[in-house]
Parts: sequence; structure tokens; C-alpha cells
Amino acid sequence: MGTTDYALRPVPQVLTHEIHQPRTTKKWLDWVMTTDHKKIGIMYLVLTFVFFMMGGVEALLMRTQLSVPNNTLISGEHYNELLTLHGTTMVFLFVVPVMAGFGNYFVPLMIGARDMAFPRLNALSFWLLLAGGIVFYASLLWHPPEAGWWSYPPLSSKQYSPSGGQDAWIFLIHLTGISSLVGAINFYVTIVNMRAPGMSWGRIPLFIWTILIYSVLLIIALPAVGAAVTMLLTDRHFGTHWFDPTDHGSPVLWENLFWFFGHPEVYIMILPGFGMISEVLPVFSRKPIFGYKAIAASTIVIAFLATLVWAHHLFTAPIPIVVLAFFMLSSFLIGIPTGVKIFNWIATLWRGSLVMTTSLYWAIGFIGIFIIGGITGIFLAVFPVDWQLNDSYFVVAHFHYVLMGGAVFAIMAGTYYWYPKMTGRMASERLGKASFWVTFIGFNMTFFVQHALGLSGMPRRIYTYQPDQGWSTYNLISSIGSYILAAGIIMSCWNFLWSFKHGKISGPDPWKANTLEWFTTSPPPPNNFDTIPRIRSVEPMRDIRREIEIQTGVMQKNGGTEQFSRPQPVAAEHS
Amino acid sequence: MAIGASLVLAPEALANCCTVKAGGSPNANSIKTLYEIIFGIAVLVFLIVEGALLYAVFRFRASKHPVADQIHGNTRLEISWTVGAAVILVVLTVVTFIKLPSIIDAPNSNANADEVLSASLTAPNPPNGHKLTICVLGRQFIWRYTYGNDCNKQYFNDRLPYSFQEMYVPAGETVDLLIQSSDVIHAWWVPSLGGKVDAVPGYTTYTWFKALKAGALYHGQCAQLCGRQHAFMTALVKVLTPTQYTAWIKNQTTLIEEQNDQVATLRRNLAQQGEPTESF
Repeated sequence: MGTTDYALRPVPQVLTHEIHQPRTTKKWLDWVMTTDHKKIGIMYLVLTFVFFMMGGVEALLMRTQLSVPNNTLISGEHYNELLTLHGTTMVFLFVVPVMAGFGNYFVPLMIGARDMAFPRLNALSFWLLLAGGIVFYASLLWHPPEAGWWSYPPLSSKQYSPSGGQDAWIFLIHLTGISSLVGAINFYVTIVNMRAPGMSWGRIPLFIWTILIYSVLLIIALPAVGAAVTMLLTDRHFGTHWFDPTDHGSPVLWENLFWFFGHPEVYIMILPGFGMISEVLPVFSRKPIFGYKAIAASTIVIAFLATLVWAHHLFTAPIPIVVLAFFMLSSFLIGIPTGVKIFNWIATLWRGSLVMTTSLYWAIGFIGIFIIGGITGIFLAVFPVDWQLNDSYFVVAHFHYVLMGGAVFAIMAGTYYWYPKMTGRMASERLGKASFWVTFIGFNMTFFVQHALGLSGMPRRIYTYQPDQGWSTYNLISSIGSYILAAGIIMSCWNFLWSFKHGKISGPDPWKANTLEWFTTSPPPPNNFDTIPRIRSVEPMRDIRREIEIQTGVMQKNGGTEQFSRPQPVAAEHS
Repeated sequence: MAIGASLVLAPEALANCCTVKAGGSPNANSIKTLYEIIFGIAVLVFLIVEGALLYAVFRFRASKHPVADQIHGNTRLEISWTVGAAVILVVLTVVTFIKLPSIIDAPNSNANADEVLSASLTAPNPPNGHKLTICVLGRQFIWRYTYGNDCNKQYFNDRLPYSFQEMYVPAGETVDLLIQSSDVIHAWWVPSLGGKVDAVPGYTTYTWFKALKAGALYHGQCAQLCGRQHAFMTALVKVLTPTQYTAWIKNQTTLIEEQNDQVATLRRNLAQQGEPTESF
């Protein structure tokens, strides 16, 4: 018995009806010209997953190079290019825009709107992202950038990085930056103005809260990096000396500007993931989210503190001790709202009735892994300890635990959760769970040992190492793990492709979920909803189902909770 | 599982599986103690939170717990875990500030250590002012050490001894490092002798160590991406007894003088032959 069979139970549904005539008969032209948030969302998701695969291949090449000491597979030059491509791709072309992809698809649906506030701006933000990706990857044909995704000057200056790859990187930051900015403004305006009647701030889904805060943080952080890369561009080509130490410029200025963007960016990448987890857990626990207000408030507190912690990336830079102490304390503080979220998620599972779907597997995996990433973050916040750990493999392990194990696991949970809504078909649960276990094992094998590598003194971004350092075994384990991890991710991607044609038809609400997107058909029609119900709680779909049950005379046992539980084997045989 | 695999495969590497490197200098040892205190608290928090998560996942599956309790929250619980998290962080803050002086303040050199050339800026200064100052200059892709110099660029006028990549220091003497870069950003890091410090062009940064064991050899390498051969920008610190160190300095000075003389002669000859000379 699959865990999704309860989806087939006959529960009355309110459905919408498609009323739309396509503008053009050519399907591809329809996609190119579309301003429909759902189509744009799909394009975002597909494109960002393609970039995810490319970043993954770059990571595998690096891990292969590091699997044995003194490896000559990849030269120092190409290794630096790979690490720059990998970091930039994953941050600017995958994690940030994939969240915008989910936001695009689900913000209007979850708040009961027909589209985003500015549909054409929405299309612009997608095409700018694609342009950024093309500009950046075109540098592969000439000379990719090799100064790392931070591009610290003077290494990124004309003198030390003369190739146009660095300029391609700058262009990418500008294009994806504008893409994210207009996207963020669009989300903000949509969420503030276009909510369904009755959906007050205390009733918007937690995913919407996180997309709102994601937008605000993007609006705060992106101008800083936009300014910084413009200054780098003028330094490189137009004779300015912002970051040139030989002419009264300062590389530390870049470090501050970059990380003033860079740290909020970390929360930009993870907050929507938190939102997805906050949607998935209550649905599959068959229980309301524990502490809705605390989770929403902690999101806001994290966003506020996120703008005050950037210099914890600069603990080894020339900065006075008192400043380091300030940034240690502010970084500590951000641990509190993050901890509150984790406790609330565990409390949501507590005394629930867990339906162990693939989506919930990924969500629980996310919590388990994110706890480790959060704890190692505390080590790094203590600046004297950071002096040992900074720029070592410990840091690499830490941020892969929060971004790969955190954001990516959340993205997987979200994809499995919303796949039926987006495609109208169920993804294979069996393959999904297998993919989860392979990914989970591969992920921990790859990154857990990297903590030990950092503690043994291995700096990050070195393309090879000597056998007498005692790093060889850990590196080999990590490299083998990375291939297992890749296999797990590929299984899920295959699952999404295969199920698109062959998955079971899902119906409008296969999970018996809580939020408004499940009120419409799967996939939703272009106008989303014919009628928009009045919202009376944070779980409108539960209210609707309950109302229908009362009207149709279905008995309400235990306050109606029995319908959210997995059917007992005996009952299932009858159906 | 990964831990299990590494336990089986890597007994020789386990020395540094779980704590930072130390043993060469008091500041590194203090960082290690601080790390281990945090590690202890972290393991406790890890076990409690992951334990609660796993318990919830196994205990409250639909098959074992078919009816979910419809709980929306609990203010008292929310407040208590917020305060609980805050208390842990206050403890960590207090511990950090207790350990901080032993990490950043340079101690006195041992009484039996010889007085060597010294200088001072805002660099760390032992209470009795008894120390060795070394100017560490990073450049692609090698470290240059000038002994007895506060990076005032008078190396050649003062005819100071210097060395590349391998640093020689006397045991028991507090060694001040003034760290600069002449091209891109590098980072000085010898794990057993303390934390890392960025070498930023246009800035001077400081750190110190006091090597405890004569005869020891410490490995380190540049920790900030500095270009294509970043992986080979290594540093070795050899600890000598004070007598050996004085002898080494003397020898190194003589060697440098000899080389300088040879270069000067060569240059004079070239100048006489009419070759263009390069100014250094």
C-alpha cells in the first residue's frame, strides 16, 4: 500500500473550470511570450535545475581532482575556474532563482490571486536570469573567471585577472541582480495587495511570509553588491581605484560591501526553504503548524539580524577586536530565531500522525541536517575559534550543511510536495524515497568528513595537496560520497521527468493539504480560480473540507481529524 | 555512517578528526580549549535536538499514532526554548571572553631566551617587551620573512637577515608577526601556532606565537585564494633553541652578504660591458 492511496478517498471538492483560449496555437511561442506566473514559474524551475546540474558537474570535477593527493587531472588555473563557476552558479543561478521559481508559481495560488501584480515585469525577471546565465557560461568558450565567487580584489583586478571572464562575472551579477530585484518588488506588491478576502497578515501561509521577507532582503542587499561590482568594473576598465591598494583604495572596502550583500544572501537562500518546510510538516503531520506566530516572527527577526552579521566573514581581516566582538554577538543572536524555528518544527511533528511521504522524508532530512549546519555556525561565530576554522574545509562543510543539506533538501521537499499541483501527476514515491536515502547518505559522506579536514588544517580552494598531510583518506571518502550524492539527485530528476508522463493522475488535492493552491485543479487553469473563498484561518482548505463535510452530513469524529490520517489497512482494502 | 567509515579507514588521521590543531603555542592551545568547551555544549545540544526529532518521527507515525492532536502552540514552551537558547549563547559568550586574553595578549618570553632585535607598533607586546619581531610578507606564491623588522621596508638599508617559505624561530621567545602583502590578499595560517590572519595589501595585520618545543617543525599554508598556485603557497616554521637560532641568524646574514657581494660584482661587470642595469 502506497502512502498516497488516501488521495483516492472520495472527499467532495470544489473545483474551478478552465475558461481560457490559448493566444497562439504554437506551443513554444506561447511559452516564450507568456506572462502567466505558472508558466514563468515552471520555466524558472526547469532553468534553475539545469544550472543545478551544471554546478553539480563542476563540483564532481573538483571532488575528482581532490580524491587523491598530487592529482594532475585539473590544473590550478582550471580548478580556480571550476570553483568560481560552481559557487557563482549555485548561489546566483540556482538557489536564489529556484526560490523565485517556487514563489512565482505558488504566491498567487496560495494567496488566492489570479496572477502576480506585474505579469510582464515577471517575464522580464525570468528572461534577465536566462541572459545572466548565458553571459556567464559563454565565458567557458573563452576564459572563465577564476577569482572565486567572492572575487576579492586585487585578485579580481585587471592586473591579476586580465581575462574577460571576470567581466562576464560582473555582468552576471548585474543581470541576475536586476532580475531578482524586479522579481522581489513584484512579490512584495503582490503579497501586500492581492490577498484573498479575509486573508489578514495572521492568516497568510508561512511560505508566503518567507517569500515576503526574501523579497525585502533582496531589496536591501542587492544594491550593495550591484554598487560593488560596478566599482570593480570601473576599477578594471575606467581608471578608478576603489579597491586598488597601490592608489589609496582598499580591498577591505570590497570585503565589507560584498558581505553586506553576501550574508543577507545566505538568508535569502534559506528562508523560502524554511517556508516550504513550514508548509510540508503540518500537512503530513495532519496537525496545525506549532507556533505560527513564533515562526512568522522569527522569520522577521532573522531578516533584521541578517543585515547586522556580515563581518563574521571578515574575522581574519584587519578589523579591531571590538568590532569582531560585536559581530560575534550579533551572529549568536541569529541562532535564537533559527533555533525557535527548529523547535517549532519538531513540536509540529510531535503528537502528530505522520504520513511518511517522500516530501516528508526530505523535510525531516532537512531538519536533521540543518541542525548540524546551525551548530557548526556557532563555532564559526566565536571569532577566536573562527581564526582556526575560517577558510578551511570546516567552513566548506558548514555552508554545504546549510545550503546543500538545508536549502536543497527543502527544495526537494517542496518539489515533491507541489509536483502534483504543477503537473497534475504524482511523482513516484518509491523512487523518491530511494533518491532521498541515496542523497542523504552521499551528502553526509561527502560533507561530514570535511569538518575533520578543516580541523586537520586543510584550507579551502586548494587544487591539490601533499600525501604527508594526513588529508588523503578524508578526501577520498568525501569524493566517493559526492558521486553517491550525485546519483541520489539524478534519481530525483529522473523521477520528475518520468512522472511527468507516467505518474498517477493526482487530482486537485492529493495530500489533503491546508492552503489555497489545492482549491483549484492540478495543474491550475490560467485564471487560477473562478471563485475565491473567504479566508477564515491559516488553513483555508481544512475549513472548506470541514464545511463540506458538515453540509453533506459526514460525521465529525475527533473534530474531523480522522480524515487526515492514513487509512487503516482494512479500510483501504474496501476502497 | 560516514564517521564509521572514517574510523575504519583512517586511524592515522584521527588525531585531528574532532578538535583544532594546537600544541605549538599557548594561543593555539587556548583556542583548542575554547573549541573543546563549545564542542561539548554542541554535542549535548545536537543529541537532545536530533533525539527529539528522531523520537517524534518514530513514535508519531500514522501507523503508531493514528489520530493527530490538534495543538496550535504553547506560549510557555515558546518562551522557555527561546530563553534556553539565549542562555546557552550567554554561556558561550562568557567563556569566549574569559579565554580571549590568553589568545590575543602576547605572554612574556621565557627568562632564558636571548634578547633579539625588537620593534613595536600597535602589535601585540608582551608585558616585559622582550620579543622577536618578524615581518611576514605574502606574495604570489611565497612567504618572505624579515627577521627583526616591523615591516618598515628598511630591510636592505639595515641589512637584515631574511628567508623565504621556511621560518626559523627560537623556542620560548614570544614572536610577533607583522603581516603584509605586496600583491593580492593572502592569509597566514600555521594551525599548530594559532589562528589565521589575512595579509591584505595596504594593511598591516598582527599575530603572535610562542613556540614551546625546540626541534619542532610546523606546517601551514596560505588560506585565502591568491591565484593559480594557491595550493603551493606553503609555510614551514622550524623551532630552534635560542643558541641555534643565534647561530642560524649569523649564518644566514653571512650567506646573504656573500650573495649580495656576488650580485654587486656581477652587476658592476655587466655595467662595464655596457649592459643596461635594472634597479632593484
